[in-house]
Amino acid sequence: MSVFAWIETVDGAVVSSGWEAVGAAQLIAEALGVDTAAIIFGANSAALAAAAEGFGVARAIICDAEALSQYRLETYAALLSKLVDERKPAAVVAVATSQGRELLASAAADTDSGLISELVDLRVDGGAIIGTRPAYAGKVLMEMKSNTPTAFVTVRGRAFPAPASGAAANTTVESVAPPAIPAQLQTDVEDLAAEIGSANLADAAIIVSGGRGLASNPADAPAGLSGEAVSIWKAKDGFANTLKPLADVLGAAIGASRAAVDAGYIPYEHQVGQTGKVVTPDLYIACGISGAIQHQAGMRGSKIIVAINKDADAPIFKLARYGIVGDLYDIVPALTLALKKRLR
Amino acid sequence: MHVVTFTRSTPDTAAKVWVNDSGEVSWGDVATVVNPWDEYSLEETIVQAKSGGGASTVIAVGSELHNDALKHSIAMGVSTALRIDEAGIDMNDSLVWSALAAGAIRKLGDVDLIIFGKESIDVGTDQHSCQLARRLGWPMLSYVSRIITADYAAGAVKVEKMLEQGKQIVSAKLPAVISVMKGINEPRYPNFLGIRKAAKAQIPVWSAADLEVDLPAAATTALRYFNPPAREVSTEIIDGADVAAKTAALADRLLEEKVL
Repeated sequence: MSVFAWIETVDGAVVSSGWEAVGAAQLIAEALGVDTAAIIFGANSAALAAAAEGFGVARAIICDAEALSQYRLETYAALLSKLVDERKPAAVVAVATSQGRELLASAAADTDSGLISELVDLRVDGGAIIGTRPAYAGKVLMEMKSNTPTAFVTVRGRAFPAPASGAAANTTVESVAPPAIPAQLQTDVEDLAAEIGSANLADAAIIVSGGRGLASNPADAPAGLSGEAVSIWKAKDGFANTLKPLADVLGAAIGASRAAVDAGYIPYEHQVGQTGKVVTPDLYIACGISGAIQHQAGMRGSKIIVAINKDADAPIFKLARYGIVGDLYDIVPALTLALKKRLR
Repeated sequence: MHVVTFTRSTPDTAAKVWVNDSGEVSWGDVATVVNPWDEYSLEETIVQAKSGGGASTVIAVGSELHNDALKHSIAMGVSTALRIDEAGIDMNDSLVWSALAAGAIRKLGDVDLIIFGKESIDVGTDQHSCQLARRLGWPMLSYVSRIITADYAAGAVKVEKMLEQGKQIVSAKLPAVISVMKGINEPRYPNFLGIRKAAKAQIPVWSAADLEVDLPAAATTALRYFNPPAREVSTEIIDGADVAAKTAALADRLLEEKVL
């Protein structure tokens, strides 16, 4: 018996969080006394199976058939469900990315299995897999148990470390053929426009985030703008020319509060919070963000929080390890300079 | 043509939510609102039903708590509301939930498109939408940021999806299930006529027997809820003679924390 770890790939390479699924799967496998099998579909999967060897994985099940060369929910779910039906793994683990979430939800439904999702912690108790997960936008936590022979599990990015490489195993690699899927289920991916320069918030170790305070930019907006357009110009200029240089020095992703997104200062992809992304970086620098409860729901799991805000009473300071009370347009450029000197 | 959406009542986003001494989740006497992600799916349901010249239905699977979200949906402009309620089983379990939801879709019979909000903030998951699609044998298009075309006569839909790596254009056959992101539209506020209609609306309640569904056993069990450990931070407000001194001190602290 095995624990399956689905390794997410894009264009023949493992995504940055991909091996974390092996880390979580190995925790379960060790507690149950079974082995871990890496499940790798898509182009280049044979080469990626060789990489799995370095992570101490006993087996790899691969499929590099043309139909599966790029991720499609229907084809991937059909093969994963078939493998689960045939081999009855104790668990199937994936990282809770967009694709990991929908793939495991679909295969769990196909195989009538329990799915416990977005785990931040897990344990095995008397053979049962019990996961800890956030509910009510992270305001409370819950423990959930799967009752079925195969438990499907998705884990939050950065919640479980990828295994240390170097623990070489004699990985057995097995290549399987994909099942045919009904014509009704065939979807057609016409185009993928990668966002250039937008670091993935969910994976980021450091996030520099901006809020409504970005609109108090002292730079003069171009003549001809008036009213709300002035605030939007000032805030966009602040994200591009004040926050971005700090993010570049730190290799950080750019986040934002809902207030900044709703005001049109920055696209929705950057929103952190209850109706945005939930992030858990090592360092979260909140600039001009007051720290409304909706925002806290998305970032309170960050390891170190730094708050830079004019208002000494802003709720964000209650979460922060370090705070500077002052105008972000004075503080952030000076901080960028100070860090540049030290990190050179 | 017929567009269906699913919704839930959840505590207001600004509400404090905690686990009380009896181990129950509480939000005091704060009102519930429609699940924040569903504002977008409700708006899209109304828009799509109008453009396709068809009907719109909103369904909640759960207790009476969810009547508030259904009434809000009608006030926004969805034509019909239904609730599915089955005593004695955990309707939050996604396999139970999707079995009931699939039964309702089959009973309606003529559905072209099902639209979900990205996720439900109370149970904190989006697995219900995918599992409903699998039970129906329909394609699932998740995280849709734009419906490019929806041709109900030809039975085809083309959407833009928002993924970690960027935006993807995907087409599929109808009937299909989609889940939509914030930003796909500007949700409308209910108007006076809508609110009056909602106040008068009678919401039919269907059981598993009405839907002729054989319910599976719950595949998961919620063992307990608990409050997150208090974030033990002692905040250090960094002071100094001037901005340079303050930021230098902060940079030194961050290096000591080994987070850079």
